[in-house]
Amino acid sequence: MSVKMKINNVSKIFGPKPKSAIPLVEQGKSKDDILAETGNTVGVYNANLDIEEGELFVIMGLSGSGKSTLIRCLNLLNKPTTGAIEVDGEDVVKFKGEKLKHYRQKKIAMVFQHFGLFSHRTVLGNVEYGLEIRGVPTEERRKVARENLESVGLKGWEDKYPDELSGGMQQRVGLARALANDPDILLMDEPFSALDPLIRREMQLELLDLQERLQKTIIFITHDINEAFKIGDRVAVMKDGKVVQTGTPESILEEPANDYISEFIKDIDRSKIIQAENVMIKPNAVVSLKDGLNVAVREMEANGLSSVFVTDRSRKLQGIVTIDDAIQGIKEKRSLEDVMVKQVESVTKEAYLEEIIPKAVETKYPIAVVNDEERLEGIILRVHVLSSLISEDG
Amino acid sequence: MQDFPDISIPLGDGADFIVNFLDDNLGPFFDFIFWLTSSTISTFDDFLNFLPWWLILIVIFVIGLYFQNWKSGLLFSTFIFLVGSFGFWEELMITVAIVITAVVICIFIGIPIGIIMALYKPFSVFMRPILDAMQTMPSFIYLIPVIFFFALGNVPAVFATIIYAVPPVIRLTELAIRNVDQEVVESAESFGSSRKQILFKVQLPQAIPTIMAGINQTTMMALAMVVIASMVGAGGLGEQVLIAINRLDIALGFEAGISIVFLAIIIDRVTSGIGDKFQRNKGDH
Repeated sequence: MSVKMKINNVSKIFGPKPKSAIPLVEQGKSKDDILAETGNTVGVYNANLDIEEGELFVIMGLSGSGKSTLIRCLNLLNKPTTGAIEVDGEDVVKFKGEKLKHYRQKKIAMVFQHFGLFSHRTVLGNVEYGLEIRGVPTEERRKVARENLESVGLKGWEDKYPDELSGGMQQRVGLARALANDPDILLMDEPFSALDPLIRREMQLELLDLQERLQKTIIFITHDINEAFKIGDRVAVMKDGKVVQTGTPESILEEPANDYISEFIKDIDRSKIIQAENVMIKPNAVVSLKDGLNVAVREMEANGLSSVFVTDRSRKLQGIVTIDDAIQGIKEKRSLEDVMVKQVESVTKEAYLEEIIPKAVETKYPIAVVNDEERLEGIILRVHVLSSLISEDG
Repeated sequence: MQDFPDISIPLGDGADFIVNFLDDNLGPFFDFIFWLTSSTISTFDDFLNFLPWWLILIVIFVIGLYFQNWKSGLLFSTFIFLVGSFGFWEELMITVAIVITAVVICIFIGIPIGIIMALYKPFSVFMRPILDAMQTMPSFIYLIPVIFFFALGNVPAVFATIIYAVPPVIRLTELAIRNVDQEVVESAESFGSSRKQILFKVQLPQAIPTIMAGINQTTMMALAMVVIASMVGAGGLGEQVLIAINRLDIALGFEAGISIVFLAIIIDRVTSGIGDKFQRNKGDH
C-alpha cells in the first residue's frame, strides 16, 4: 500500500502571534503556561502521521486533545501554523484560491459531528451540493445524488427536509453528501458521537460495510476508545495536542507507549466500558398503572414475557408484575397496584456493567434503566449482562 | 452654584454647513432622486387608485387567507372597508404607496449593508454607532435636512422614513448571517465553495427567516414615520391626523388614528406571515 497523505510536523496554534509560541512548546512548556505567557492556544503540536491509501485511520483523544483541530487542518478549514501535508506528493498547505477549491471539490470531503446539513435544502439538495458548486449539470448531479442516497439506505427520502429525519438518518445524508463528490479521502469528525448508542453501533457496522465496497482513505475522529478499536485499521492516540502513539489496535494493546495509554487500555475491561445504555433494550412492553391486570397479562402474552414493568402516566417506574402474580391477582380480583412488586432494581443509562452485575445476581427480575426523573428508558435482561461481556472483544 | 463657562462649540453650525453645501453642489443629483422617487410613489398611487375598491378588498382577503387563515382575510378586508367608509380611501392609498416605496428602498439599501457588516468586522464596528444614532435621534429631526434637499411633499417623507426605518433590517440581516451555524458554513467551505457560493447558497437562505423579521420591523417603523412625516407635507392618513390636531377635531382624529392602527395590524400580520412561511418551508435551525 502506498502513502496517500503524509502529515509532516504539523502544528496549529491559535492566537494573536501563533509563531511566537512554537519555541515555548519546544521547551516543553505546558498549554496553560503558554496561554498565560503569550495568549496563544496550542491546538496541535508537531503531528507526524502517514496515512495509507484505502485504510480506515482513527485519531482518538479526549476533548481538548486537538483531534478536531488536526482533522480541520487536513482540508485547510484550519490552516496549519507550520508543517506540511502531502497528498499524492503535493503539499496542500501551500494551496490557495483555485487550487485549494479544486482540492476540496475533488480530493477530500468531510462528515461533521452535528451533520452540518443545509436545513433550507431537501435531502437531495444537500447531497447534490458538492456537485452543484462544481458546475455539474442538474440531471447528472441528481442522478449521482440519488445513487448515493440509495447506497446509504435513504431511497424515497429525497424530497424531505433534514429536520424531518432522525439523527441517524441525518448523518447518512451527511455521509451521502460527502460520498457524492467521490473523494479520495473522507474525513469524519466524530460522526457518530451525536447519535444514540444503538444507532451508533449500527452506523459503525454500516461504515465498515461501505468501506469494504468503496476502499476510500478514511480519517475518522472519535473520543470513544471502543469505537476506535472496533473500526480502525490503525489508531493514533492524541493528548494535549500531541500524537502519543500510532499503531494497529492490537499493537497498542500489547505495547502501550506510555502511562497515559496504558491507563486507557486498562479501561478496556469491558465491564468498565460498557454502560447500561449499550446493553439495554427499548421497553416496548410496558403497562400503565391505570391499565389493570388484564392488559398486563395480554401484554406479556403478546410479547412472550414472563414479567412486565409497570409505570404511571408520565412513564415513571412504579414496579414490576410477573405473569403468575397477575393471573393469581385476576382470580382474586385484586388490583394491579396490589399485585406488583415495588422493589425493583434500577440503574441509570450511564451505569457501568460492573455496577449492574451484582444487581443482576441478586434479583430475579429484569433490571430497569431509568433517567433522573425515574422514567423508564430501557430494560436490561440478566442474560444481556453476560452476553455483552463475551460477544464482542476489543 | 456655578454657571457653566461661556464656551460654545458650534457643532450645529457644522451640520447646517454640510446640508447647505450638499444642497448647493449636488443639486442635479437630488433632482434626479426626487424625480425617481416621486414617480415611483405616483405610479404606485395611480395603480392602487386605478383598481376598483372591491377588487382591493378581495385581494386583501386573499392575502390574509394565504398567509394566515380565512378569518384573518375577512378581518383585514373589513378593516379596509371601514377605512373607506370613514372617507379615507385615497389617503389610505397614498400612505400605502409611500410606505411600500420606503420599505422597498430600505430593503435594497439595508440587506447589502447588513451582509457587508456580517462579513467584515471593522465595517460593523464603524456602522454600529451610526445605526444607534439613527434609531435614537428624535425622528422629527430628519425632517429638517430632507426639506432642504427635496422641498415639501411625499419625497422628503420617503427619505426621512428611510433613515428612521432602515436600521432594523440592517441589524437583523447582520445578526442572521452571523448566526448561521458555524458547522453548516464550514461544511459548505469543505466542499470547495467560493465566498460567493457560501453567501448565496448557504448563508442567505439560512438567514431569510430572521431577515424577514427585520423587514417586518422596518415596515412597522416606516408606517409610524409616514404619519410623522405629514409635517413636511406628506399626504395620506398622517395628514388627516395633523388636520385633526390643528382643529382639535376629536372625531376626525379618532377615525384617522384608528385607520392607521388597522393598516399597522394588516402590515404586521402579513409580513410576519411571510416570515413564518419561510420558516415552515425551509425548516428552522
